[in-house]
Amino acid sequence: MTMQKVTNVSPAPMTVATPLKDVNAVAAKVNEQFPGAASVDGGSLIVERAQSVPVARLLRDDPSLGVDYLEDITSVDWPDRFDVVYNMYNTTRQEGPLRMKVKADKADPVVPSLVPVHPGANLMEREVYDLMGVKFDGHPNLKRVLLWEGFNGHPLRKDWKEAYFEEEKKPYDQRWPDGKLVRAEDRVPYKDNIVLPPGFDPSKYTAPGEDNVTLVDADALKKGEIRSDTLVINMGPQHPSTHGVFRMRLRLEGERIVDLQPVCGYLHRNHEKIGERNAWLMNMPYTDRLDYVSSMANNFAYAIAVEKLLPTVKVPERAEYLRVIMAEFTRIANHFFALGQLLSDMGAFFTPMLYGIEEREWILDLFEMSSGARMMCNYLRFGGVAKDPPDEFWPLANKLVNDRLERAIDRFDELIAQNEIVLSRAQNVGVLSRADALAFGTVGPVLRASGVPYDVRRAEPYSIYDRFDFSIPVGTVGDVYDRYLVRIAEMRESLKILRQAIKDIPGGQQYNADPAMIYGGPKGWQLKVPKGEVYGRAENPKGSLGFYLVSDGGTNPYRYHIHAPSYVNIGALNVMCKGQTVADVVIITGSLDIVLGELDR
Amino acid sequence: MSQPIRFVGNDDEASLEEVSQNVLVAPFDRVLDSLDGIYNWGRKNSIWPVQFGLACCAIEMICMAASRFDIDRFGAGLFRATPRQADLMIVSGTVTKKMVPNIVRLYNQMPEPRYVLSMGACATGGGPFKEGYNVVSGIDRFIPVDVYVAGCPPTPQALLNGLVELQKLIDSQKIRENRWYQKDYRGEIPVPVLGPDLLDQRRFDELKKISAAQLAALKAAAAAPAGAAATPSAAAAAPAAGAPPAKAPKRTPEELAALKAANAARRQATMVDVRKPEDTESKS
Ligand code: SF4
Repeated sequence: MTMQKVTNVSPAPMTVATPLKDVNAVAAKVNEQFPGAASVDGGSLIVERAQSVPVARLLRDDPSLGVDYLEDITSVDWPDRFDVVYNMYNTTRQEGPLRMKVKADKADPVVPSLVPVHPGANLMEREVYDLMGVKFDGHPNLKRVLLWEGFNGHPLRKDWKEAYFEEEKKPYDQRWPDGKLVRAEDRVPYKDNIVLPPGFDPSKYTAPGEDNVTLVDADALKKGEIRSDTLVINMGPQHPSTHGVFRMRLRLEGERIVDLQPVCGYLHRNHEKIGERNAWLMNMPYTDRLDYVSSMANNFAYAIAVEKLLPTVKVPERAEYLRVIMAEFTRIANHFFALGQLLSDMGAFFTPMLYGIEEREWILDLFEMSSGARMMCNYLRFGGVAKDPPDEFWPLANKLVNDRLERAIDRFDELIAQNEIVLSRAQNVGVLSRADALAFGTVGPVLRASGVPYDVRRAEPYSIYDRFDFSIPVGTVGDVYDRYLVRIAEMRESLKILRQAIKDIPGGQQYNADPAMIYGGPKGWQLKVPKGEVYGRAENPKGSLGFYLVSDGGTNPYRYHIHAPSYVNIGALNVMCKGQTVADVVIITGSLDIVLGELDR
Repeated sequence: MSQPIRFVGNDDEASLEEVSQNVLVAPFDRVLDSLDGIYNWGRKNSIWPVQFGLACCAIEMICMAASRFDIDRFGAGLFRATPRQADLMIVSGTVTKKMVPNIVRLYNQMPEPRYVLSMGACATGGGPFKEGYNVVSGIDRFIPVDVYVAGCPPTPQALLNGLVELQKLIDSQKIRENRWYQKDYRGEIPVPVLGPDLLDQRRFDELKKISAAQLAALKAAAAAPAGAAATPSAAAAAPAAGAPPAKAPKRTPEELAALKAANAARRQATMVDVRKPEDTESKS
């Protein structure tokens, strides 16, 4: 009998309200070591460009600071400069965020790369380079990531206009001038959604080759361990096991992976650019389409991020409970789907998927009742939810929570988890060590399976999560099997929360702060958000979904950036897959539970 | 065509009479016509879709194939992992420019008879992401679509309805008229190229003409005295590469009206259509 591993379910840590790091103290500490390197402005640590790498190293290594977790990198295009913004956390004392900013010139924006300190910066810096055109000095592979080599311009710059550009802000003036409908395609010379440089001659154009996707030769090659020629093969973007339009380039020696490079962007839908033209509320349905398996949870993350900028908006009790109920149901539905897919990847063809989807359908019924849609729920509003669920909601919810789902999880687990094949395929495959998990900035079940008890619901409690009794499942080895176990345990914890929430939910119909202001009429959706910037995040089924928002006091965001859990998790794919076989790559990708809508945005 | 069928070495009327009692003796085109029914019945009840999902719509497509809805009842449950064994491509999700070359390549690899079902708002016309710079506003700009299913995402039931519509379409086809049996039929579509933006090989000449015209207009504007650069025609020369609009101070109503007029003029001026009327049909 194969030895069975169990996850340690950590006792619930004491809930502490997270103090925002005292930025002034941090700046003083940094200036002790590097005089004049740091200053404070508007709650952010501003670091001199030349010293950002040593400062980041100091922040990480100094035990009194311990800012070991770089969650997000993004940039803002100001009229006179680019700001590169780093949002960092301390995982041991669970403090943060510490927002570090480095300024870059408008004409030739270059800042040092943080990859030597935080390897997870690799993909995030590439994204900033791709979309904003800020170069990172010392980056190992600064290539386009969401768009392709040769694309004309950097689209997130404020002066870059897409082909179907109409106006800076929505709602657009009108699309029916003089009673005639004008279509976006009638305004552009190509009648198509493309922009070409003037004088461009397509017949003389040769596309830059695939070599742009470089595969750095692995260490093994240097050490001379490799005896045969290596072979580069391509998986995706249309492959049954890559979970969508995701692509990997693998360098193989025989059947073993020597190197792996993720190639993404095949579902890059320009979420951020569209989001900056939208009014604040108009982004709500777009967030549904990020991680389309868990749209309620995406709404939640966006709502709490914007509400941080709206201090006057108070969410009623009932709405808080409804939000938590929907988010936890989403987590269960998502994990059923993800685990079904993972087990299908192991070769069980479609059967586990059928079991998973069957339970998911029940939960979708609840969503359909309350929001009117199965998948794209668009249910939350700033300051509440859109509607109170109908009376039929509660009997079904009770039945699922108290009866059906628990048994379904047990059956799912029994059926599969003790299976000899599953054990040998999943145990000690795709191991991600605790140190690597932190260094690569992985999030969610991937991070926790590697032994880091970090969950946003505890580390930075939002909504009413501090009232519920639940624990955080943590893995011991960090392999595919641990990721499976962690998800199973998380479903059980979600059920625990749901039972408490459904029992305690207050009555009444107060489900929205001020429906007239938030929801109804032009004043509602043209809500003005006070000036400021915020990094708000929520623990989504896939990990921490963060929104970095900058408001200039207007009706739409000045900067709207999304930290996507799937995107950072694939950053660690390379270390997990090295030395494994091609068949393992399939299940390792499956165990990350990526969704391309969110990965590519 | 309607000659009686001759039996070699068996010319006498009596035996021909006898044979025709047991064997269908008919002109070839009549035979073909009655074959249609059997041929179509077989095809419509064994559609093999290619396993192909792009975005959110693909999740509903999976649900349609799974527990509650069960596409197998329609004989179409065998999702193939390779286009070479499939005859239906369900374009389920947002078609991005980066993905289009791959979609066209897959479509080219499918054997005839092949069908395309465009699932959801995105595949049909760009959907909520239409204005995005990496989004193609409708897959039918590249490959011919047989059935459109509305929704964002369409429910599994809607998709099943689309499948039934496709079955009806298949049932109504005739072997003699099917496009893929025609002599001059060429099903292959040139794979688009990713350049500074997405380049459709079928439209190279047109793109070249417009780009050259834009360059000429830019040069003319540069040669003109400064200040003239703000005229609508110069702005029209580079509709999408304009400089960042400076943050304008509060405008008076007159200024606003003038601005609107200039904007309208610009829109008018950018409506260049060098396509010949018959080219506009290339969309279908
Ligand atoms: S139509 Fe809607 S659901 Fe379908 S891919 Fe587009 S955004 Fe997603």
